This record gives sequence, structure tokens and C-alpha cells, in this order.
Amino acid sequence: MNAGSQAAQALKPAALDAEELRTDFPILGVKVNGRPLVYLDNAASSQMPRQVIDRLTQYQTREHANIHRGVHFLSETATAAYEGARAKIQRFINAAEVREVIYTHGTTDSLNLVMHGYGRAFVGAGDEIIVSQLEHHSNIVPWQMLCEEKGAKLRVIPCNDAGELLLDEYGALFNARTKLVAVTHVSNALGTINPVKDMIATAHRHGVPVLVDGAQAVPHMKIDVQDLDCDFYAFSSHKMCGPTGVGILYGKAALLEKMRPFEGGGDMILSVTFEKTIYNAIPYKFEAGTPPIAGAIGLGEAVDYLESVGMARIAAHEHDLLAHATESLGRIRDVRIIGTARDKAGVLSFTLKGVHPHDVGTILNEEGVAVRTGHHCAQPVMQRFGIPATARASFYFYNTMAEVDALVAGIQKVRKIFG
Amino acid sequence: MDSKNLYQEVILDHNRKPRNWGRLADASHRAEGLNPLCGDHIWLSLKLDGDRVGAIAFEGESCAICKASSSMMTASVKGRSVGEAEELIREFRDMATGKLDAASQPNQLGRLSVFAGVRDLPARVKCAILPWHTLHAALNAEATVSTEGDRDPVAAADS
Repeated sequence: MNAGSQAAQALKPAALDAEELRTDFPILGVKVNGRPLVYLDNAASSQMPRQVIDRLTQYQTREHANIHRGVHFLSETATAAYEGARAKIQRFINAAEVREVIYTHGTTDSLNLVMHGYGRAFVGAGDEIIVSQLEHHSNIVPWQMLCEEKGAKLRVIPCNDAGELLLDEYGALFNARTKLVAVTHVSNALGTINPVKDMIATAHRHGVPVLVDGAQAVPHMKIDVQDLDCDFYAFSSHKMCGPTGVGILYGKAALLEKMRPFEGGGDMILSVTFEKTIYNAIPYKFEAGTPPIAGAIGLGEAVDYLESVGMARIAAHEHDLLAHATESLGRIRDVRIIGTARDKAGVLSFTLKGVHPHDVGTILNEEGVAVRTGHHCAQPVMQRFGIPATARASFYFYNTMAEVDALVAGIQKVRKIFG
Repeated sequence: MDSKNLYQEVILDHNRKPRNWGRLADASHRAEGLNPLCGDHIWLSLKLDGDRVGAIAFEGESCAICKASSSMMTASVKGRSVGEAEELIREFRDMATGKLDAASQPNQLGRLSVFAGVRDLPARVKCAILPWHTLHAALNAEATVSTEGDRDPVAAADS
């Protein structure tokens, strides 16, 4: 091997060993209908490694108290762990400052925080908000509620038959009334990776801030919020090996400072009298009440775990799984893959001619294969493709090629049963 | 349970060749049934001949379980009295939700007992019950029913 190829070898991360990583996940040993579980519903929620489970157990057995309150030992321990996790998350997404990382209850909560804190303060009658055809309902409905309240208008970036956003049409949507772009990084229903960095640059040329729904991106690829230059970025813990009930809103400090609090209560104030309340500084201004402390600490541990596996290796493995699945499903009679963008994350939505996706899902379940069926909380995507629903397999780094083959065998069985 | 138990040939046959497919132009009763979570959507029309179901038809978009249940329901209730149809609705709901064991307890379900297996698949119970709930709505002059909210057929069956 010459020096040049050695250097290339060093640049390319070694492939991850999914079989070995699977031993970290107790739940992957579960049997379904007597068969090994093949868990392909990771876009809905991922599974949790023992490292995170153990961290939660340690917290609950040795460290729990309310944070930012007491002078006592446990409160200080819990506060240090909670804030320590925030610092890990800051580094993980490369936020400039730790106070730009706000704990929420999940992506939906993060998006609603921006709607209430930014939208209700800065969007007025006749103003416009841009969303895309590919959004999850959680990045559509809050903006519709805002539009209804303020008399503002929703504008929609269309997509082509592959499920790729039409960027010329996007650029043409901007005008003097455009107040915000809210766009998903990765489509949960189709897997399309949107070119959000370019889309953010376009919006900024018009002086418009951008909120990115990163729920399907952060678990699967390295995210650098400063490189993207996004103004807000939202994601959930439970799709990235962490617990449910906690999520993150990243926001640029200057914007967060200008925003109204979303909820009022304890921890988000500096002082309260009946005449006047002074709000706390960011991020605490947006963290009213006792937060999901255990969840936040668990998320911090999940970040450590993902970094130990390596985001580049995770992305490469999922790319291989997707390529194998796309090729294998493409060979099955009457399978139509919905979402064929050039740049895709590990999501494979499909229909089987003459068979409703729910029947596909039920029969796959008999084989131990867990997929999601339905409209995936993205009915406008289904409408765009003229279908009521799809079956969706979504991969994570602990999935194997053999599991893709089990999916393929299951779909062939469906085909056989339905003739 | 094994899918062989639920996806039996009789269900697959009614899915492929639904009986009484279409809409009655001269219906005396109509109702629309919707399962928003999975997208099952059916339209039911029927014509009472005195106290009896003289004609009945359905159409819509749905999964195999819902379509076969609709098809077999229309075949079962045609010619029956409203009271008999309501009794069948009750028995079908009870079977699908596990409250009636069609194999050991007396009932009028006959071939409809092929749907007994859905009781082990909570996510699919609504698919099987939707046409029956829609029939109940049509007979009681309700225009639309949904599987969600206070008209949830499973909740209704529990009440």
C-alpha cells in the first residue's frame, strides 16, 4: 500500500460493527411471535443502549433532586449533571454558546416554543411564513394556528416526484412580508435530506430567519449549527438513543434574547412581584417549571454514546443499509418506493400494489419485523404522491444487512398471501 | 397470532371481490365511516323495505380487513330486520374486542367469526369494526362516524 492510499484509508472511518453494537441494546434481544425482533421503526423512536439505561438508573438511585433550587448535596449533584448534559449537547451540535441550548419536551415542543416566542411577537397581519411540502404536521399546524391568530399567510415550497424541494420556487416565495422559514432537515416520511445550508443562505439574503426541524437529522449525521448558520434548530432525544420527554431547541442568542417566554412559572424568572416580573436570562427564560431532569441527563449520555460510535460511521452504515434495501425492494413485483431523492437518509417508504400498508405492516409484524404504516404525520406528503399511506422502514446504526433481508422476505410473504 | 389466522382465504376473497360494491341511488339511509389514523374511508348506503334491509351497498378506500368486513357485513344483513342487524352489530363488536368468544358462546355471526383474530391485534380492531359502526350510524340517521374521539367504535363497544 502506498502512502497516498494509506492517507485515504485513514480519512475514511472504519466501518462500524453493528452486530457488536447490538449487544449494547437489551431490547434488541426481544422475540416477537417467536422470531427475533427486526426493529425498523427508528424514525418514530430509536432504542436505548445500556449505557443510557444505566445512567438513568444511577441518576434515580444516587443523584436525584430538583435543580437550581437547593443548597443541599443532591440538588447540586443533579444541577451539575443537568447542566453538564447541556454542555455536551452544545459541543455535539457545535453551538457557539451553552446558553443557546434550551431544553424542551421534544421537537414538537421546540417548534411550538418558536411559534409562541418568536412568531407571536414578530409576525403580524399580512405577513408570510414559508414551510415545505415535506413537513411533519408538527411543523405545519403551529404555523397555521399562528396564521389564523394573526391573519398571516402560509406559503409552501413544492417538491418534485422524487421528493426533492424545488429551490427555484423556494427562492421565488420571498417578499417583503416574509417573516420566517420553517423547514425540515430530513423528511420523516420520505427520507429526503434537504439542502438546508443553501436554503438558509437564500433566506438570509432576504433577511429572513430560518427554523430547521432536525428531528430526523441529528440522530443520523453530524450537525454543526454554526456551519449551517440556522437561526433555530429543533430535535428530540428519543430518536437518538435517549429517553422520551426531552428535546432541544437551539437558537442564536441574539434572537432568543428578543423573544417572549413561552410558558410562565418557576425557574424562568429573576424576581416576581404583583406589579412586575423580571424574566431570567436565556436559556432559563424558556425553561419554566421543573424540567425533565432525568431525560436531559440521559440525553447527555446518549450524545456520549453516539460520539463514541462516530456520526460519520453511523451515516456511512445507514447509507449502506438504505442502498441494499432500495435495491432489494426494487426487485419485488409491485413495490413502489415513495421518495427517491438523490440525497436520502435511512428511510424507505413504499407501497405494494393492491395491498393496503396496514395489511403489509400486520403481516410483517407476524415475521417480527416492526415498520410504521400510515401517513406518518405528513398528510401533505401523501397528498402530493396521491396515496393515503405508506409502509416505512427506517434504519439506525444497529440494524444489519440480514435485517434488511428479513424485511424483503416479509414483503415477499405479503405478496404471496395477497396473490 | 399468525397472519394465516386473520388473512384467511375468505377475507382475501372478499377483499379482492367485494360484494355489494357501489352506492344506492335510492337509498333511505346513508353514512360515511372514517378511520383517520389509518385512512380507512367507506360510504354505506341502504334501503329499508319496511323493517327489513332490502338493499345495501358500500364503497371506499380501505385495508383488506376493513373491506372484507364491509363486504361480508353487507351480505349478512341484507334481508334482515333492523333489530336483527343491530344485534349482529353488537355481537361483531363484542367478538372483535374479545368480549364474545364466537366459538363457545351462542351467536348469529356464522362466517363472520373469521374476524375473531383481530382481538389480538389492537391496532386493527378499528379496521374490522368501522363498517359495523357505520351501519349503526346509518340506521340511526347519523351522517358520519369516525373511529376517533367520542364516537370511537371501540369506546362505544366498551360503553
